[in-house]
Amino acid sequence: MSRTAGPDASEPGAHPVGRRRFIGYVLAGTTLVTAAGLLPAAGAAAEEGARAADLTDVVDLNDVMTLAAEPTAYLIRVEVHDDGTVSFALPRAEVGQGITTSTAMLIAEEMDLPVDRVRVTLADARPELLFNQLTGGSNTTISTYTPVRVAAALARRRLLEAAAAELGTGIDGLTVRDGVVSDGSGRSRDFGSLAAAAASARTERAEVRLKAPGDFTVIGAPRGRVDALDAVTGRKKFAMDLDVPDALPTMVCRAPTINGTVGSVANLEEVARMPGVTDAGVVSTGVAVRAATFGQCIDAVRALDVSWEAGTVDGMSDDDVLRDLGRAEAPMLPRPPFSSTVDEKFTFHFRSNSALEPNCAIADVRPGSAEVWAGLKAPIVARGAIAARLGLPPGAVTVHVTESGGSFGRKLFFDAALEAAEASRLFGKPVKLMWHRADDTRQGRTQPMATSRVRISHIGDRVLRYDQRHTGVSTDLGHGFGDVITAMAAEIPGLDGTFAQVFFQLSQATSYDFGLGGRLLNEVGRGFNTGSMRNVYSPNVVCARELVVDRLARELGRDPYEFRRDHLKDERSRAVLDKVAEVGAWGREMPPDTAQGIAFMHEYKADCAVLVEIDCRRETVERPVRNGVAGPRVTKVVLAVDVGLAVNPLGLEAQMQGGVMDGIALALTSGLHLEDGHFLEASWDNYFYTRQWNVPPEFEVIVMPGTGEPGGAGELAVAPAQAAVACAYGRATGTMPTTFPVNHGEPSFEPVPTVPPVPAPPADGLDHVD
Amino acid sequence: MPEHTFRLNGEQVTVDVAGDVRLLWVLRDLLGVTGPKYGCGVSVCRACVSHVNGRAFTPCTVPVEQLEETDEVTTIEGLPATVGADLHPMQEAWLEHDVSQCGYCQPGQIMAAVALVRRVAEEGRAITEADLDGIRNICRCGTYNRIREAIRTGAARM
Repeated sequence: MSRTAGPDASEPGAHPVGRRRFIGYVLAGTTLVTAAGLLPAAGAAAEEGARAADLTDVVDLNDVMTLAAEPTAYLIRVEVHDDGTVSFALPRAEVGQGITTSTAMLIAEEMDLPVDRVRVTLADARPELLFNQLTGGSNTTISTYTPVRVAAALARRRLLEAAAAELGTGIDGLTVRDGVVSDGSGRSRDFGSLAAAAASARTERAEVRLKAPGDFTVIGAPRGRVDALDAVTGRKKFAMDLDVPDALPTMVCRAPTINGTVGSVANLEEVARMPGVTDAGVVSTGVAVRAATFGQCIDAVRALDVSWEAGTVDGMSDDDVLRDLGRAEAPMLPRPPFSSTVDEKFTFHFRSNSALEPNCAIADVRPGSAEVWAGLKAPIVARGAIAARLGLPPGAVTVHVTESGGSFGRKLFFDAALEAAEASRLFGKPVKLMWHRADDTRQGRTQPMATSRVRISHIGDRVLRYDQRHTGVSTDLGHGFGDVITAMAAEIPGLDGTFAQVFFQLSQATSYDFGLGGRLLNEVGRGFNTGSMRNVYSPNVVCARELVVDRLARELGRDPYEFRRDHLKDERSRAVLDKVAEVGAWGREMPPDTAQGIAFMHEYKADCAVLVEIDCRRETVERPVRNGVAGPRVTKVVLAVDVGLAVNPLGLEAQMQGGVMDGIALALTSGLHLEDGHFLEASWDNYFYTRQWNVPPEFEVIVMPGTGEPGGAGELAVAPAQAAVACAYGRATGTMPTTFPVNHGEPSFEPVPTVPPVPAPPADGLDHVD
Repeated sequence: MPEHTFRLNGEQVTVDVAGDVRLLWVLRDLLGVTGPKYGCGVSVCRACVSHVNGRAFTPCTVPVEQLEETDEVTTIEGLPATVGADLHPMQEAWLEHDVSQCGYCQPGQIMAAVALVRRVAEEGRAITEADLDGIRNICRCGTYNRIREAIRTGAARM
């Protein structure tokens, strides 16, 4: 694939009309409002609605998403206010990845305005945006980088023109600094005072030039998050913090097995009379209760006497799923004549993509209309589904996107929003609905179990084929990715197959020059609640690949780093690998039972290499941790990342750190145990996400200079981190780990009961103050 | 319904609710104090960590009736006032290290950090790696390294 984009190469998501010249619109209004344009500049041959990029250039999932978003770029508006601030309603979800900050930076850069004068909010569901309101695939900055800057640059241009008119001068003599336009003689006007004069009575088309990257002062400079102060003072509002009148706490009593349904309830009226409880009734997912406090909801959920109907996977356990996957695995082709092979098969258990904020939503359903508040990455799809559930026309449903307390894929779906709408309709009252942590872990969506078989065929040092058969319980992509791919499939040559297969092929790069070969995804439909988890298929696919690359290198007597380096396809890939090897002192002597591991991955138009050191010594693995998993300790991480252009290096570093914490958990500690139709895990002391005692004390992130165009960052580090940890573990223990997490074996905790579905709240908090 | 009274962020508050309702819900659902977050309800995730009489605790595990009239509950909202400033040094350190990602766990993280630094200071020693390893608060965004750095910075200024 081509990765030669320089600073002046065509930019995705808007229409270049020359070197950094684009079309935008000044929209009719009483204050200045601008948007990125669709049309190439006059003189260009393209017709209205034509796309900037050649569709045959589509090489990965991000190209598809960016192209899908492009036709509606002009609907995203920058608005200048008379107080000198600029607002922008971002049609994406902020889930912690930092896009409100990076977007404010893009606008500030093009307008020469302080970042703190840009207010980025999250847009309500806007159906007219079609495919341009889906947060996923690490695509936000890739798809909005140019349209947002075009709108901002046009706003600046209009403000300059308005100032020139007021000052009776030409715009060439004017300068802008911190939102103030000045001429050479001491006269100035601030943006706020120019906002009305710069407005247009009718919508006008205009050509605008973007800043040259060499002139950037905001883009590329490390900057703290715009919401950091709100976060550290407790003022940041998540869905459950909103004060919607009469939206009382609501919870659902759920079945003991996955997706079980209500048969009958023996004591509904009795429960409805419990202290604080206002309503109780059956919804499609269980029995909903509404009360003055969530504490009283929990009491009511625990008191309900429900006779449950079967779930969708009753009786199934891990081994049953594994057997089904074995049957579904596609066969390998015969190996090439005279070749040798390395061939391994790996098992990746179910994982929870629970965020710390559980599934939750507020709903106020009235006769003929509904209003919903939730953290949603696909709000247009959610709105349609809620309308369908309520039997309302979509236009009667308003969906507000709130700040999310994490996502990791969870917020692509809207399970709680649907449930809240249903409960609000049933009770005829607003509800603030939240899942208990036990619900979120046991009935919430998962990254499904998968196996991955990798075979590399070679003659001596020469690799002839790389084949991978990835087989999993099907990943539910029915939140908008599927719609994007369906819509684009007709236009883009070669896009066919199921959503999942297309998604899989588009998201998996062929990083190494390993000759011919193929990667195939087979999925089996089973009644699990699944969804994309951060980095989707890649953590498992890449982990399997990198482990087998390590094994092949060993069998050939080659160094794992040098072997990878020799087979990586381009300079940019080799550069990140070289960087971690150099900074991390690859190959240094390590004590027994400790080792280094190294891994590489390309995705989201970005490259990432990770070097880790792991300590698998017995005294470390068995160090005492109360109600937690100690296990091997990753003691050092060196990560090099090339995202092309890091809009905010500080935010990029944060995403890399978080991704590595996920990768460590996926390799070593985080898995769900399926037993008899339900998951055993019900809290964070069962489901072992990385905790402070698992955190690498040494962690270095190196942001490479890059090539000029932003790639995606939010998910990038997960796969290479999981792979590097797995490779290090294998080298430290002298084994080939084939099951993940490596501690899956016997659960190390006593599972809480499934009936009642949520545990009793402890009452001994004052005995444990510290 | 019985009335319960305690001190919250420097003021006496009284609530009319069943005595077994856990303090977290009294704070969030009845008093509108939403800094402490729900993440598990069983004292595991520690997203609700606040202080009672200056010590860290999880309000999700304390029935409101167990609080005495003179017990001083401090949530993240009341933390700056304990040092008579707009921000507590630990909050300043959190900003300096740009710790937060989604931010959901951070009020609990900061309250836990302040209590840890106070406890270690009372023991007359400096924060160790083992102290940091022992923090149980979960951050699902994985901000752990910056939390460790911020605690060291904040501790130096407390």
